[in-house]
Amino acid sequence: MLIVDQNLLRASVLEDGLREAGYRDLVVVRDMQNLMRRIVDEEPDVILIDLENPNRDVLEQMFQVSRVVRKPVAMFVDQADRASIEAAIDAGVGAYVVDGLRKERVHSIVDTAISRFRAFEKLRTELDETRQQLVDRKLVDRAKGILMRQRAVPEDKAYELLRKAAMDANLRIAQVAQSVITAAELLK
Amino acid sequence: MNTATRAELRIGFIPLLDCALLVVAQEAGMARQQGLTLRLVRESSWANIRDRVAIGHFDAAHMLAPMVVAESVGAGHLDTPFMTPMALSSGGNAITVSLALWQAMQQNGAGISAQPVVQARALAQLVAQRAAAGQPQLTLAMVFPFSCHHYQLRDWLQSGGVDADRDLRLVVLPPPLLVDALRSGQVDGFCVGEPWNSLAVDAGIGVIAAVCSDIWPQRPEKVLGMRVRYAQQNPDIVAALVRALQGASRWAADAANHQDLARLLGQPRYVGAPPRLLEAALGGAIRSSLGHDALPRPEFLRLGAAAIVPREEDAHLLLAKMEQCGQVVPDDAARARALRSFRGDLFAAATAQAVP
Repeated sequence: MLIVDQNLLRASVLEDGLREAGYRDLVVVRDMQNLMRRIVDEEPDVILIDLENPNRDVLEQMFQVSRVVRKPVAMFVDQADRASIEAAIDAGVGAYVVDGLRKERVHSIVDTAISRFRAFEKLRTELDETRQQLVDRKLVDRAKGILMRQRAVPEDKAYELLRKAAMDANLRIAQVAQSVITAAELLK
Repeated sequence: MNTATRAELRIGFIPLLDCALLVVAQEAGMARQQGLTLRLVRESSWANIRDRVAIGHFDAAHMLAPMVVAESVGAGHLDTPFMTPMALSSGGNAITVSLALWQAMQQNGAGISAQPVVQARALAQLVAQRAAAGQPQLTLAMVFPFSCHHYQLRDWLQSGGVDADRDLRLVVLPPPLLVDALRSGQVDGFCVGEPWNSLAVDAGIGVIAAVCSDIWPQRPEKVLGMRVRYAQQNPDIVAALVRALQGASRWAADAANHQDLARLLGQPRYVGAPPRLLEAALGGAIRSSLGHDALPRPEFLRLGAAAIVPREEDAHLLLAKMEQCGQVVPDDAARARALRSFRGDLFAAATAQAVP
C-alpha cells in the first residue's frame, strides 16, 4: 500500500492507523518527483493520496496507461461505493485501488483512512486554535503594558479597560489589544 | 438589475489564465447584476474539480472541455453525467520543450517561427536518431488524460510522424510542477496552458515550439461544467450565470481591459503569476524564447464572443480523439449522451433573454 502525502505529520497519523488495523507493507511517498516511477516499482494494491495534492492528476493517468501498471486502477472499485467516495472526498482523501481486490478489505482501508484524516483535521484545528490563543495572549499582555504606562493604572484595571472596550465595540479582546498597540506605535 | 434570481454558487477553478471569465464575472459586477454571488474555490487538481462537481460540493466549475464529454460517456469513477451551457475559452495552450531538446530539434530543421508540422518533423528525425543510437526515449508531459492538451500534443506528434504510444513517453504532471520538471530534466517538454509556458521561457529553461491555436483553431478549451441534474433543477440560475459570464467575456475580450485583468488574475488567490506575463498572453504577444522578441499571435487565446458557445461538433471531435487513443469505447447511447452534453441551445436561450 502506498501513502502519498506531502504533509509528514498526517502521513504518519494515517500510517499508524493502518498499522493498528493490521496492515503491513506500507510505503509513504514524500518525494513527488517521479511519482509514477515509484508506483510502477512498488506495484501497490492501494494508493492513498491527500486531495490537496496536485499529484492526484498523475494517478488519474493510470486508468489510461494500464501498460505501466499491472492491473487497472480505479478510484474505489464499483459504483455502489458512491457513499464511501463521498465520505472520502469530504474528509480530503482519495483512494485508488487495483481491480480484483476484495471489497471488504478496500472498505476497511478506506474507512481507516477517512477516520484518520478526520482526526488529523480536528488536531490541526485544535492546534490552530491553541496557536491563536497564544498570539492573542501576547497581544493582550502588550496592550495591558501600554495602558498601565500611559494611564498609570494597575494591571487588573488595564485588563478591565480592554474588556469593556471590546464588549462595547462587539470585538474580541485581542482585536482591541491590536488597535491599542497600533495606536501606541503611531503615537510614538 | 435582474432580481428574478438570487443565488450563491460555489464554483471550483484551477489557477490558470483561462479561469478569467469566472473571476471577472464575480469581481467586475456581472454576477451581481444577475442576482448571483460566485464563491470561487481554488482547487489543486482536475480530479478534485471533477469529483467535487460530481458529489455536489461545487455547483459548477472551470473544467477541461473533454472532461464533460468523458463523464457523459461514463469514463469517470462516479456515474454522474456532466454538461456545459457555455465555454470559457478557446486556445491558450502551447508546447514548450527544454533548451537541450530545442537545440537538437534545431539541428533537424526546427526554427522559432516555423509551422508546428515543421517542428514536429524535426522532433521525429531526432526521435529516430536517438532510437538508432540507443538513447532513452524522450518524455513529454501534459496535464490530464482527458484534456485538449493531451490530444493537441498527440495530433502535433502525429503530424510529424511520431507515434505518441511507441516513440516516446507521455506522462501527466500538474502545471505547478512542470517548470521544475523541465529544469531538472525529468521531462523534455510539455503541453500546458498559460502562464506555465511563458514562465518556463521567462526562466530561460524552455522554448515554445508550437502554439496550439495553430494545431486546433477555435475549439473550446475550458468550459463551465456542471451536473446534468443541477442544470435541470436550476434552469434560471444557470441562465443567469451564462448571462453574467457573457458579460464577463465582452469585458475580458476588450484589449483596453487587459492590464486590469492581468493585475486581477495575478493575485495569489486567483492565478498568482506575474501580471506582465498574463497581460502578454491575453494580448497574444507570445515570446517563444528568451533570445527573441514576442510575436503577435492574435488567435492564441480567445475569451470573446467567438469562443464561448459550446457546439455539438466540438463534443463530437473530442469524443473522436478519446476513441482514437483508446480512452473510451462508447456504445450508441453513450455517444448520444456525449453529443448532447455541449448545450449551445441553452446558451442561445439564456442570452436571447438578456435585456440590452
